[in-house]
Amino acid sequence: MSYVSIRDLKVSFDGVQVLHGINLDVAKGEALGLVGESGCGKSVTWLAALGLLPGKATVSGSVTVEGQQLIGTARTAVEGVRGGKVAMIFQDPSSSLNPVRTVGRQICESLRLHRGMDQRAGRIEAVRLLDMVGIPDARKRVDLYPHEFSGGQCQRVMIAMALAGAPDLLIADEPTTALDATIQAQILDLLAMLRRETGMAMVFISHDLGAVGAICDRVHVMYAGRIVESGAIGPMFDAPRHPYTRGLFDAIPRLDGARNRLIPIHGTVPDPSHMPPGCAFAPRCAKAQAFCHSDAPALMPQPDDRQLACFYPVSSNATGVAADERLPA
Amino acid sequence: MLNYFVTRLFRAVLTILLVMTFAFVVLRLSGDPASILLGPDAPTDSIAAFRARWGLDDPLWKQYLAYLKSIAQLDFGVSMRDRSPAIDLVLERVPATLALTVPTLLIQLGVGIPAGVYAALHRESVADRGVIMLSIFGFTIPSFVMGLVLVLVFAVTLGWLPSGGQDSWQHAILPIATMSVGGIGILARFSRSAMIEVMGQPYIRTAMAKGLSWRDVVWKHALPNASVPIVTIVGFMVGSLIAGAVVVESIFSWPGIGRLLIVSVSNRDLAVVQCLLLVIASTMVIANLCVDFAYGLLDPRLRANAAAH
Repeated sequence: MSYVSIRDLKVSFDGVQVLHGINLDVAKGEALGLVGESGCGKSVTWLAALGLLPGKATVSGSVTVEGQQLIGTARTAVEGVRGGKVAMIFQDPSSSLNPVRTVGRQICESLRLHRGMDQRAGRIEAVRLLDMVGIPDARKRVDLYPHEFSGGQCQRVMIAMALAGAPDLLIADEPTTALDATIQAQILDLLAMLRRETGMAMVFISHDLGAVGAICDRVHVMYAGRIVESGAIGPMFDAPRHPYTRGLFDAIPRLDGARNRLIPIHGTVPDPSHMPPGCAFAPRCAKAQAFCHSDAPALMPQPDDRQLACFYPVSSNATGVAADERLPA
Repeated sequence: MLNYFVTRLFRAVLTILLVMTFAFVVLRLSGDPASILLGPDAPTDSIAAFRARWGLDDPLWKQYLAYLKSIAQLDFGVSMRDRSPAIDLVLERVPATLALTVPTLLIQLGVGIPAGVYAALHRESVADRGVIMLSIFGFTIPSFVMGLVLVLVFAVTLGWLPSGGQDSWQHAILPIATMSVGGIGILARFSRSAMIEVMGQPYIRTAMAKGLSWRDVVWKHALPNASVPIVTIVGFMVGSLIAGAVVVESIFSWPGIGRLLIVSVSNRDLAVVQCLLLVIASTMVIANLCVDFAYGLLDPRLRANAAAH
């Protein structure tokens, strides 16, 4: 049985729907990737699940954690899940820490809340956690304020704070986007190492396919508030079948081999308030037929265990798509 | 850090000195105390005697140097009207003004901040709209209009409260109410926007994601951050309280330093006006120093900046 189960999750802001019925499951201990362009609803999915969206958002559907429903229940029930069962770290670590409290106090808050530790025990544990996430000289730095740490170190502190609640699932919402490339790699290594050691499950939200490939077992590709393709990392990365997934891979520069021109995905993500009537990707898709512009494909299970929402997918044995074929007609 | 405070202190003294100099020059250029105090029909020789007695015939710079010299010796001069020391006249009036301004400040803080915070946490609700409307009402109505309306309603029409004087605590109610309204409006507006700004910050989402109760998120994470801009405006308000007292004490015939200031200015009682301005300027400067100090306590980033100075 899955640990977290999301069914038909829909979100709208001021009447504009941005999430169109998301279904996904996270099993205990697995690492799930959520990939897509900015604004496709990756973060919104998990912010909505944990009730962290601002008041103007309308959320419907079902989110259960160990069978406990989170949508439409009392605030205290959701507060009981946050931090202790499901923890979350965010894109911008420097502004995600409270500037007027020491990092030690911020970590201790979680320790007191979820592990019932008092001030003394909490402080010792906070130092241990900071040490574990690779903050040098943790014993001294536990009493410093967030502005005295670099961006990468702030993300390490955020991770320590998330670990303080001993969660079963960590949602990492673009944890490396705001960081330098070398720091990104360190944070990714840290997350992979922590997952091995603690056995917690992880949802890794990113638009960096390389990072997702390095960390995750399964991946969901999202486009304009819907999941368009999902499956195990291996087959998905070897042979992406949705034209959008294919496009994401073609847009990655290669370090090896001949230097080829990158193939961008033309056009932009549709405006949520003016969604095309059919497949949301049709206006940017080279393979789209008249049918794609009027009917939206549902996410259907495929013979190779993946799920796909496309009427005219890229054939599974194709090794690549010629550039001219990918330009919209 | 020490350096920072010494600089601040130096600046504070400089501010007071500038205020004193300005007052000194303007008062002497804007009218002759002799003809005002003795009346327009006074004989020429008594005016000349008066001018000689108070050294008004000396060049301005000479008068100014003499003034500075006596200030340095903590001699604040003598009232031209009744010859008593100016500082005594002023200090005698301070308790009456404090009796209005201290309760006013407490009411402004106690009503304005909670109202603004409540409105921010219940955005777009009826309560929020009510707070916005009342606060605009509060800070746009001039205190002399407010005071007269209150007198009309509670003293003249209803007869519940006295309209002026200082005989009992009931006499303080209308002046305090008049002075409080504007500050409550400003504070409510400011606290609301400060709180809305803070509640939208990523660290509030982090605090919620941690599993903290809503109460803890507001009290431990949002309010300490929102307090920095609120303290700034409170600092300004302490200064403007005295300006407010000038108007309100006149309306309600309250014998505080505000009324003393008006009487002394119109009489050109130079030593008393200068002494009053010195007290008022010092209050404002001290309020600003307190705000600077509070910043350091509230926000560690500002503490770091202060240390770097």
